[in-house]
Amino acid sequence: MAIVVEDADEAVAGIEDGSTVLIGGFGPAGQPVELIDALIRSAVQDLTVVNNNAGNGRVGLAALLANGQVRKIICSFPRQVDSYVFDELYRAGKVELELVPQGNLAERIRAAGAGIGAFFCPTGIGTPLAEGKERRAIDGRDYVLEYPIKGDVALIKAFRADTLGNLVYRKTARNFGPVMATAAKMTAVQVSEIVQPGGLDPEAVITPGIFVDRIVKITASSQLAAVGAAG
Amino acid sequence: MIMQSAFDRSRPLARDDLARLTAADIPPGSHVNLGIGLPTRVADFLGPESGVILQTENGMLGMGPQAYGDDIDPDLINAGKLPVTETPGAAYFHAADSFAMMRGGHLDVCVLGAFQVSFDGDLANWHTGAPDAIPAVGGAMDLALGAKNVFVLMSLFSKDGSPKLVPKCTYPLTALACVSRIYTDYGVFVLTDHGIVIRETYGISRNDLARRLMITYQDD
Repeated sequence: MAIVVEDADEAVAGIEDGSTVLIGGFGPAGQPVELIDALIRSAVQDLTVVNNNAGNGRVGLAALLANGQVRKIICSFPRQVDSYVFDELYRAGKVELELVPQGNLAERIRAAGAGIGAFFCPTGIGTPLAEGKERRAIDGRDYVLEYPIKGDVALIKAFRADTLGNLVYRKTARNFGPVMATAAKMTAVQVSEIVQPGGLDPEAVITPGIFVDRIVKITASSQLAAVGAAG
Repeated sequence: MIMQSAFDRSRPLARDDLARLTAADIPPGSHVNLGIGLPTRVADFLGPESGVILQTENGMLGMGPQAYGDDIDPDLINAGKLPVTETPGAAYFHAADSFAMMRGGHLDVCVLGAFQVSFDGDLANWHTGAPDAIPAVGGAMDLALGAKNVFVLMSLFSKDGSPKLVPKCTYPLTALACVSRIYTDYGVFVLTDHGIVIRETYGISRNDLARRLMITYQDD
């Protein structure tokens, strides 16, 4: 059952070294910056981070990388005009990269949350990203076997929660939040507003509270500036 | 449909004309995804009268033009992470649904840039393969194999003069045999069951273009 916690530090408490952390966001939109800042303060080490990108500028995910807490990143689009923190670490061999097509990233996370053991997907056939993977022809088409990406923890940002953990998101900040919320042993969510049960339209709930463990209200969310970064 | 005669055939197409030509070939009412860079400009020529609904893979149908000034909302960006607007009837969805739209064959057209396209329609647009290059694939592979029609929009020749339309791609592939049309400054190419066909040319004759690319010219 979801609990409302006092602050971001409490929301990320107990995360262990070596954890796989699913972090929501597409570039700056939907990135749970305050939860990531708390992760930095916790000094947890040797993380595998799953995100669409690999950090923008020097804040949020980029700051976590710069602080040396990430061993490996699983993402679809690391290279952006403002991904200099990741670029430098990668070129210096200080962070491992698993590059995953964006649709496979989403579906592998979805599969983990839905209890699917693996699935055959056509994406990547004939490309370096499918090399070494099991293949099967189904109904005349070639597919690659893809495995789920499970998180020990998911850190996501939604717009509004009720105290039961039901969530609604805002515009394109939704992106990976709903699938990541399902795919981790512990899901922590930062929101701009928390309402009482009945305060959300049940027809409009995107993430049902069963997928949420900790909720924290962040009053002045540091909106990362939407930057003109390709990718 | 804009008539092809609207464009001056005696010289290569300027970038905006190339985007306008591509836009004119998108059927009214299509669901369309536009790639980053030059393909994004196609949106400038798809007004509300086209009935075209733009998808952006970070989770939106009904994307409107780029946002400026007070209209900028950090929660509302496109796949290139630029601030955009929403149109009436827009819808938001999560990443798994977004890619189900592609892989599931629901998207009518995607317009992508390319490093290289082969005569068989193989696409290379995500990685140069250079040892110091940091690879980034994003949604390119899912889009290329999932959209019903894949249009490539690119300059025909690279800066060193070598053609980007080639018998076989040398860069790492994005997807196999996925491209249906190629819009370039020197001509439009259509991939058919019988091979690649030059639909029209700009600033070069069909024979000269076919010779320069080493494709067998077929007079249709």
